[in-house]
Amino acid sequence: MADHLEEVTVANKRSPVIEPGHTFASVTDKISSIVLTRPTSLGWFAGFGFTFLLTMMLLFALSYLFVKGVGIWGINIPIGWGFAIVNFVWWIGIGHAGTLISAILLLLRQSWRNSINRFAEAMTLFAVACAGIFPGVHTGRPWLDYWMFPYPNTMQYWPQFRSPLMWDVFAVSTYFTISLLFWFMGLIPDFGTLRDRAENKYARIIYGMLSMGWRGSARHWHRYESAYLLLAGLATPLVLSVHTVVSFDFAIAIVPGWHTTIFPPYFVAGAIYSGFAMVLMLAIPIRKIYGLEDFITDRHLQNSAKVMLATGWIVAYGYAIEAFMGWYGGNRYDATLLWNRLHGPYAFWYMSLLSCNILIPQFLWIRKLRNSPFWLFVLSSVILTGMWLERFVIIVVSLSRDFLNSSWGMYYPTKWDWMTFIGTIGMFLAAMFLFVRILPMISIFEMRTLLPEAEVKHQ
Amino acid sequence: MKMEEANLKPKREDVCPGKKNTLDRAAVEQQLAATQGPEYWRSLEELAGSPEFQEMLHREFPKGASEWLDDVSRRGFLRLMGASLALAGMTGCTKLPVQEIVPYVKQPEQVVPGVPMFFATAFTLSGYTYPLLAESHLGRPTKLEGNNLHPASLGGTDLFAQASLLGMYDPDRSQTISHLGAIQSWAVFVSQVKGPLAVQRGLGGAGIRVLTQTVSSPTLKDQMLAFKAMYPQAKWHVYEPINRDNVLEGARLAFGEPVETQYHLENADVIVSLEADFLGAGFPGNVRYIRDFAKRRNPDADMSRLYVIEGNPSGTGAKSDHRLSVRSIEIDSLTRSLAAALGVGQGPALSGDQAKFINAVVADLQKHRGSSVIIAGEHLPPAVHALAHAMNAALGNVGKTVVYTDPVDANPVNQVESLRDLVADMRAGKVDLLLIMGGNPVYDAPADLGFADALKSENVALRIYHGLYRNETAELCHWNVSATHFLESWSDGRVYDGSVALVQPLIAPLYAGKSAHEMLALLVGVSDASGYDIVRAYWQKLHTGGDFEAWWRKSLHDGFVDGSAYPPKNVPLKLASLPAPASVDNSIDVNFRRDPSIYDGRFANNGWLQELPKPMSKLVWDNAVLMSPKMAEREGIHVMEVVAVELNGRKVNGPVWIQAGHPDNSVTVHLGYGRRQAGRAGTGAGFDVYPLRTTNTLWIASGGKVTKTGGRYQLSSTQGYQTMTTTDGDLRPIVRNTSLDEYRKNPRFATEEPPPPRELTLYPNYDYSKSPDAWGMSIDLNSCVGCNNCIIACVAENNIAVVGKEQCVKGRHMHWIRVDAYYQGDRDTPKAYFQPVPCMQCENAPCELVCPVGATTHSSEGLNDQIYNRCIGTRYCSNNCPYKVRRFNFLLFQDWDTPQYKLMRNPEVTVRSRGVMEKCTYCIQRITRARIDAETASVRENRKFHIEDGSLQTACQQSCPAGAIIFGNINDPNSRVAKLKAHDRNYGLLDDLNTRPRTTYMAEVRNPNPELEA
Repeated sequence: MADHLEEVTVANKRSPVIEPGHTFASVTDKISSIVLTRPTSLGWFAGFGFTFLLTMMLLFALSYLFVKGVGIWGINIPIGWGFAIVNFVWWIGIGHAGTLISAILLLLRQSWRNSINRFAEAMTLFAVACAGIFPGVHTGRPWLDYWMFPYPNTMQYWPQFRSPLMWDVFAVSTYFTISLLFWFMGLIPDFGTLRDRAENKYARIIYGMLSMGWRGSARHWHRYESAYLLLAGLATPLVLSVHTVVSFDFAIAIVPGWHTTIFPPYFVAGAIYSGFAMVLMLAIPIRKIYGLEDFITDRHLQNSAKVMLATGWIVAYGYAIEAFMGWYGGNRYDATLLWNRLHGPYAFWYMSLLSCNILIPQFLWIRKLRNSPFWLFVLSSVILTGMWLERFVIIVVSLSRDFLNSSWGMYYPTKWDWMTFIGTIGMFLAAMFLFVRILPMISIFEMRTLLPEAEVKHQ
Repeated sequence: MKMEEANLKPKREDVCPGKKNTLDRAAVEQQLAATQGPEYWRSLEELAGSPEFQEMLHREFPKGASEWLDDVSRRGFLRLMGASLALAGMTGCTKLPVQEIVPYVKQPEQVVPGVPMFFATAFTLSGYTYPLLAESHLGRPTKLEGNNLHPASLGGTDLFAQASLLGMYDPDRSQTISHLGAIQSWAVFVSQVKGPLAVQRGLGGAGIRVLTQTVSSPTLKDQMLAFKAMYPQAKWHVYEPINRDNVLEGARLAFGEPVETQYHLENADVIVSLEADFLGAGFPGNVRYIRDFAKRRNPDADMSRLYVIEGNPSGTGAKSDHRLSVRSIEIDSLTRSLAAALGVGQGPALSGDQAKFINAVVADLQKHRGSSVIIAGEHLPPAVHALAHAMNAALGNVGKTVVYTDPVDANPVNQVESLRDLVADMRAGKVDLLLIMGGNPVYDAPADLGFADALKSENVALRIYHGLYRNETAELCHWNVSATHFLESWSDGRVYDGSVALVQPLIAPLYAGKSAHEMLALLVGVSDASGYDIVRAYWQKLHTGGDFEAWWRKSLHDGFVDGSAYPPKNVPLKLASLPAPASVDNSIDVNFRRDPSIYDGRFANNGWLQELPKPMSKLVWDNAVLMSPKMAEREGIHVMEVVAVELNGRKVNGPVWIQAGHPDNSVTVHLGYGRRQAGRAGTGAGFDVYPLRTTNTLWIASGGKVTKTGGRYQLSSTQGYQTMTTTDGDLRPIVRNTSLDEYRKNPRFATEEPPPPRELTLYPNYDYSKSPDAWGMSIDLNSCVGCNNCIIACVAENNIAVVGKEQCVKGRHMHWIRVDAYYQGDRDTPKAYFQPVPCMQCENAPCELVCPVGATTHSSEGLNDQIYNRCIGTRYCSNNCPYKVRRFNFLLFQDWDTPQYKLMRNPEVTVRSRGVMEKCTYCIQRITRARIDAETASVRENRKFHIEDGSLQTACQQSCPAGAIIFGNINDPNSRVAKLKAHDRNYGLLDDLNTRPRTTYMAEVRNPNPELEA
């Protein structure tokens, strides 16, 4: 891994991916102590308690939904999809960063990823879990959702494979499964470490079971590395395919504003865009609170910011092409759609979207801001808002005014829409709180490979 | 268990009413004597009609249980708890009683379970009867259709007749006879009125007053005459808020006698409507007029031309070739100018646009002497009607397009004066016994009469209300006798042409009701008369020659008395001087109009009608202050802002709706809303404008004032955007239209841009060659008059839920077919177009492609079938439907519990539950029934399976008075629909999307006067 060293050296010229002075032992100590020895702070309890309450609010909103029906939301005819699908696409998008960081950057040998991949993957899982709630509950009769799966039954029913929703079912469930496997695989060596270091008997047993007999032998490592690489190879196309398929939900339909071929790349870029924003929004407070500045260094923040800048421009290109085609394409429905986005009742939200996703993120060009965790945090939140608005504009604004003027309508979210949306944010954060408390949020063994000690031995 | 006699325990006799009094044998016998025919009873108490039993029937819990207000002590609570638990356990062991159901021992002839039967009956609205056919499923009427044998219907109906079905099953109807709110029996009522009647007998009936609505029933008239013979001093008053006083007074002015005017629009080349909404429901004869009018709107034949001069936009105005929007108050003088130009009387000189319009109309009328017609609306003053008669006479139209007959109204008095007399008599204490039969004068009488106050005063000793609802008027009466619905009773009535339609019951009365005939019989001393006997006896009396029984059976079967139409009457014109026209100033006029959906308020509790979008504004569940865009802009009033409308010191508040095409300086308000006691649907909907309506300003009032109040009120319109030009200025080809001249030059104007080729689809085309039938529909936009009848027909046929205003505001109404109204051009003088939109049943259906569970699939006959059981409710199909004709059950919209509604529903159509998508099925149940019939016939007669063209009609098609909707097999090149689809005017809505809709439209052609176009 000579190039590794080179990478580290080159990186050192800017800022390091791991602060100097660390040893194998200090890395292991530092990360595992958060889980094993460090006392749980009051702040953690407060944060977890609050987000847990939000999760309960989500459950309440969903229970009421099951009792009454989707009519408690603001959806209607023509706007058959509202917050539920907006949130679904948003969360799925956020869930892209984890796998991208873990798999694609692994294959591209971007070893700076090692310190952020673990919680990015966890974030992916939780985001996909949040996303997964929506397609399930947004149906009129959620107790029959299983009809979307192809399973042998006496009713001789079979799903309708021409429907993009059907493809969604496979894409999202595959993605969730692979992400879960990949995340778990990555955790196995660290489970071993935790098992060895845990002083609590139950923790030892649980971590022991989770480590699946990991002994750290050369043979283990050999097989582990191959399997991990293979999984990374499997996960890589998924990063591209999931949001491509999600974008098909719209691109296959004939609704103006949905029916465009640019959607797959534009959606994937948008997903990575929002995913990295979420990674930053989580990494910045975590490294501050747990004193992990040594491992999640400014370098990581800068790299993430650069990725956001790049994907942000792909997204901007998408908007530009949409607008251009609306004008140039000569399709009367697209032209009206463009006009409505710019001047219609939702114009404010379209303008906000352009500001949040294109205009404001341009501050990332300024190195000073890229180096400032505070400003990165602010910009990330702006981008996340913008990406949510993007889905809102695509879904709601397109549906609100389509082909027949007589059927134009407006969408007003209800309190139940908001409760469900905010509830999933609560659930996501509650899961993150649990994660940082009971699992090593940074990959211990991968961090160790970043140390000069590791490189020297290799040579 | 030890059960102590606790204080808490209600007394035994309170729980069980029978224990209190021993049965009064005399009462039972009296009751037995009073009942007629086989009546079933459960106990002697019921038979005796004892108040205790009645109370038990109508209260959920026996007395005591529900009024148990004592505090419960801990001991008492525990004791009861223990007892309840023990009892709950015991019920678990109880063997449920065996209830046997017994099939018919003798199957009635023709009754085949699952096969509906049709009976002729008739619906009466303000004296005008509409002949109907009622579909009956095992004794339950489920759908009303027009009687195709009768020339007034030819199969069509209007929306009030259609929706009256829901009225019968209305759970809020008056269900019992009551005295001061306490339930009583008919026998008690009879015994209570006997005394006062006997007293009146001695006085010659001087203290009896009967107030009815407009009556056209010959039997009822005959009964009235008998009653008057018995009580010569008694008076019969008539009042309806939507009366035809102006029409009758106009006829009196012109001819010296009241006559009925009928129009023959099939002979009319030029029609001039003076604010007559003759294509709208509620206009007498509108069903037939729509058909005749539509027939003459065929641009390939001799197309008629329609001029409309009106003060508030109507469906008739929308269909006109030229519409002059003027304030209603100006139409009087405008008519005089028009008449003067035609050589009748004097009129002021006109200038500007009005002069141009009137000159063109005059020229056109002169060119079509004998084949033109001038129709005046019932809101306009008598002078206008008189002038219309005179103009029709001057143009030689009488006998050709205009026919006069005796009035349909059995008592053609001036109704306002009639009511005024009654109020004066009540005030003067001359009324001892007042019988109000139907109507709701407390709510809808002119405000200046003070009817309610006069009624409330103790001057009127005995007040009896006989009606379908315990409404505002019923509340102020001592006795309430619930009326039977027309579907529950025998009667008759006159159609607009004077012919008599017979009213047959379709079901035994749901509640303890009496028909009007039975009530009147009581007045002449017959307390146990049955409606059947009364009506039959009347006709038997009239019948001459031949076998009465055979004649009676035939008349009942046909639904009307053959040859009973009034013959044309020759009435010489005696037009002398006319009253001066009302002065026109620049103040704001207030126009009162019947509501297009709920009429005068009598249908306020009819959910189908409340949720029916009004033809022009598409508002549901509310009335509004309609105002022109110009006026709203000038006054700075926005839509849905609440304004105060002030008139002669009276004031009501209502929300504004800006109505394109409304004239300036005038507002229109619709009657019938703001009911205080209508029922679950009607109470509180909209605002009441009757307080502004006075005897001299029944329809048009000047000197009004409109001021902003600062409030805002949410109105609900089911149409999102009412113009075809989008916000970015693109005119979408939705209702494709042109003028007659252009059409002759370029007949294929509607399909100038051909739809994409058949092959341009990712998935293979469906093959229908193996299927004998491929269903398709053609809707002629030229014929459609936007009457909304198809919507109500569809609602009744397909068990469509009423969702209520809140849901409509959210955009969740459930209609499978809607009628879009578009305005084009200047907002103050726009052209308007109607377009009914059912499911297009696309060949390349966007909905089918996207359903993940295959709940919407393409049938072998080309329908997009919706499988409710399979639907999980993703709503993707609706999103992808470019026509937005799919409707979703966002909540549990259907009422699954009210027993009356269970009876009402069409058993052939699934009642949808929450969470499933639904949409137009082309009435697949009717297709299936036709297929089964055709298969049976093909086997029986050993011939090829074939569904005869025209033998199968969808509900919308069946009800359409214009015949605008044609449905059939497009595989058969000789079918009517296939021929229409081959027509030049045929086009597919949004066919540029390559959806290849099965429902196509015949593009609209207007016939403007070239003189006015220039």
